[in-house]
Amino acid sequence: MPTDQTTNTPSTTLDSVVIRFCGDSGDGMQLTGGQFTDTSALFGNDFATFPDFPAEIRAPKGTTFGVSGFQVHFSSESIYTPGDRVNAMVAMNPAGLKVNLVDVEPGGIVIVNEDEFTKGNLAKCGYLDGYNPLEDEEIANKYNLVKVPMSRLTKESLADSGMGAKDINRCRNMFALGIVYWLYERPIEQTKEYLVKKFAEKKGLPEIAKINIQALQAGYYFGETAEVFPSRYRVPPAKQEPGTYRQISGNEATVLGLVTASQKASKSILYASYPITPASSVMHGLSHLKRFNIKTIQSEDEIAAICTAIGASFAGDIGITGTSGPGLALKGEAMGLALMLELPLIIINVQRAGPATGLPTKTEQADLLQAMYGRHCESPVIVLAPRSPSDCFTMAIEAVRLAIKYMTPVIYLSDGYIANGAEPWKVPDVSSIPEIHITHPTEADVGEDGFMPYARDPETLSRPWAIPGTPGLEHRIGSLEKDAESGNVSYDPDNHDMMVRLRAEKIERVAQSIPLLEVDGDPTGDVLVLGWGGTYGSITTAIQQIRANGHKVSSAHLQYLNPFPSNTEEVLRSFKKIVIPEINLGQLSMLIRSKYLIETIGINIVKGQPFKVGTLVEQITEVVES
Amino acid sequence: MSTIETTDTSLPVYTPKDFTTDQDVRWCPGCGDYAALAAVRKALPGMGTKKENFVFVSGIGCAARFPYYVDTYGMHSIHGRALAVATGVKCANPELQVCVVSGDGDLLSIGGNHTIHTMRRNVDITIMLLNNKIYGLTKGQYSPTSETGKITPTTPAGSIDYPINPIAIAVATGCTFIARCLDVDMKSLDTIYKRGMAHTGTAFIEVYQDCNIYNHKAWFYASQKETMFDSTIKVEHGKPLIFGVDRQKGIRFNNGRPEIVTIGNDGASEADLIVHDETDKFLANMYAQMSYPEFPEPMGILHADPTKPAYNDLLYQQLDESKAKSGQLDLQALVTGNESWVVR
Repeated sequence: MPTDQTTNTPSTTLDSVVIRFCGDSGDGMQLTGGQFTDTSALFGNDFATFPDFPAEIRAPKGTTFGVSGFQVHFSSESIYTPGDRVNAMVAMNPAGLKVNLVDVEPGGIVIVNEDEFTKGNLAKCGYLDGYNPLEDEEIANKYNLVKVPMSRLTKESLADSGMGAKDINRCRNMFALGIVYWLYERPIEQTKEYLVKKFAEKKGLPEIAKINIQALQAGYYFGETAEVFPSRYRVPPAKQEPGTYRQISGNEATVLGLVTASQKASKSILYASYPITPASSVMHGLSHLKRFNIKTIQSEDEIAAICTAIGASFAGDIGITGTSGPGLALKGEAMGLALMLELPLIIINVQRAGPATGLPTKTEQADLLQAMYGRHCESPVIVLAPRSPSDCFTMAIEAVRLAIKYMTPVIYLSDGYIANGAEPWKVPDVSSIPEIHITHPTEADVGEDGFMPYARDPETLSRPWAIPGTPGLEHRIGSLEKDAESGNVSYDPDNHDMMVRLRAEKIERVAQSIPLLEVDGDPTGDVLVLGWGGTYGSITTAIQQIRANGHKVSSAHLQYLNPFPSNTEEVLRSFKKIVIPEINLGQLSMLIRSKYLIETIGINIVKGQPFKVGTLVEQITEVVES
Repeated sequence: MSTIETTDTSLPVYTPKDFTTDQDVRWCPGCGDYAALAAVRKALPGMGTKKENFVFVSGIGCAARFPYYVDTYGMHSIHGRALAVATGVKCANPELQVCVVSGDGDLLSIGGNHTIHTMRRNVDITIMLLNNKIYGLTKGQYSPTSETGKITPTTPAGSIDYPINPIAIAVATGCTFIARCLDVDMKSLDTIYKRGMAHTGTAFIEVYQDCNIYNHKAWFYASQKETMFDSTIKVEHGKPLIFGVDRQKGIRFNNGRPEIVTIGNDGASEADLIVHDETDKFLANMYAQMSYPEFPEPMGILHADPTKPAYNDLLYQQLDESKAKSGQLDLQALVTGNESWVVR
């Protein structure tokens, strides 16, 4: 194991660093970034990650549209975003450099695999004939460009391994990781263990594990001996609350939240879904948890998926379906059915950039109005939005709790950014999470007039969840309008008017069961920045910077979009200006304006990417100063 | 999972009345759906299943009002989606006896995808397709089973669609129980329906149903005494394919193709005829291609394969295996994961 004592390179201490690994989608950049993150997590840094990959699984090699990137921000302070500006980048090929160089800060470290900068590869990614960015003086002056012949060095270090060229070539990413580990004083032990587990133990390929480890070490030693870096960098561990921590992505947290809710409700989950990016990994995760009585069904289409979930809820399971925006559109009619039937149902929507196929692997927040109104007729449902990867755990439990309590569909609006991004998470003590109480009526609850499937709880207005198999409670529910009590088909005009209002009132009353909107900063003042969902990290960081610049500004973040927390209007009216940043053209603004007749100032950037903190700081500051 | 619990002595003695709701039946007088409803109400008491364990699910259309009239658990869902809903019901609680009753528009047009995939998966659901070859509830447009040339409000010059063949679809998906019956043939419907419900896996029953408002007489060739003996053939497991008014005609193979023969003529004896074997999927394929007037249309249980496990049974088998392997469940360990670290 290499140690710090073997080197004379001086060390510089930094608060935080943003590194981006980029290369071809076949170069293993997600794995490399993931390993760096795991190691930094164990080292005790706070961190946030941003995997950014193309929709194509293996785009033509060397092209700009096949570039895959993984950004990790690690720090000795609390951080909320993967960072705007890249301090250090590893580019495994010219296409990676071409696409990503623009995000590197001036003076930033750019480590390239110079062996890949061949005439052919330069042409593939569209550089003009005769141009090589590695020979560009402007680039050399602007960045700390470090050219490393990684392909050749990897090959040479594994020359005695007896392995084929293809296998050896695949170890280049570990060589690069080794360099970066050395540069940032990270131990390599964690990754060595990982490689043994992944290749030797799981796949039965010990020789592959061996050469990857050798390449990793060779990279590390290269950093140590080559003297191409004037300094190493040290990012000390963050001060974190004592406790057990793990790394978690939003979709992982959603899975764990759903399972926890199922256990707390002593109810089986039936999750029916059709594969769609970026929601599929929720189904992958749940499919491995059969031991927790989680049933997963890969349906034939989006509509089948939601209808199967509805059938499951009718029969007494917690019916859940998961999708992204295009799938949510397909589920519209069935959501109307579920709210007409008044059955619990959770619809996970991991938002992506659109419309239509749009940018399927990129993030967006533009399904808010679809979630609110994307159904025919008067059809209100509960809408929730987790605000960070780990918050997905809490909000998934909330989704289940509220769906059951109010016998209604709940739309859960995650997004591609928090779904794939990861952060450290202080693992909760699951025994402290409250139980979810469910009562199914039995024959003993039947009154003189027989069972009334649409008799309502006076507090919540929810109807009884009587499940098939219960003797004496046989009843029919359906998509036709129903008599307010018996649930029998009713075409009576007054009854319909009453039912439309009742269904709306029921959702309004959910406000009694959710937390109040909290204000970060002064409770009154000139400017309130109001956000929702996955932009919490960027907004929070921007607010911190604006305050550090000497300005006064408060912020609030909505996780409950329908209904809004009951104090929302009061909070908004305590400020002169309301700024609403969202990754859409002003959907929350529209809701706030129409509901409260309050003017809002939108910050709307729709690039398929999370907000840059710098942009938010700039635009919010403009409002504060005006 | 659909074993008939005949040994269950706690089972009340039911009559069709126990399965009749207080709702007025709103089908047009003379509609074939009445016959199907009567057959179902008659069959349910004899199934050996508790009343509360039946669930009827439908989509949209005239036939889809069915659940409102059967006093069990039921859901009238949305257009085309009955089978997707029923799949959820069955997988959530496999003890339930799940039946879907819907029409040709619902099951073969808007819901065609779910029909294909439910049968492919072999979910333990009994499907009764009330096929009247027309859209009744929307006032008489042609349906996916309407014949080419059909004049309807949307096809004033005649439909240029070719009709779909429901039995061929069922065979193609690997459906494990395929049957066909005439709405007015109450006796056969009763037998077939009971067999279908007792079958483990998807049971697909096509009912030739008369819409006496928009498509009256569509099935007359198969239902009227004058033609029915030549236009249909009742198949019975283990018995030769014989039909005709005097049961003088039969079907044999000639050079690999079915051929109609008159028994006693052409050197054809009963022994030469094809013997119906409901387990034979090749015969099922042949039946799917037999249509009048070239051939009599086969009626009865065309195919039954009890050997293929049902989707819901396999689903629970995997759950059970996983639970058996894992031992004591530990939610905290799951939430904590394998790569946690401690900050002191």
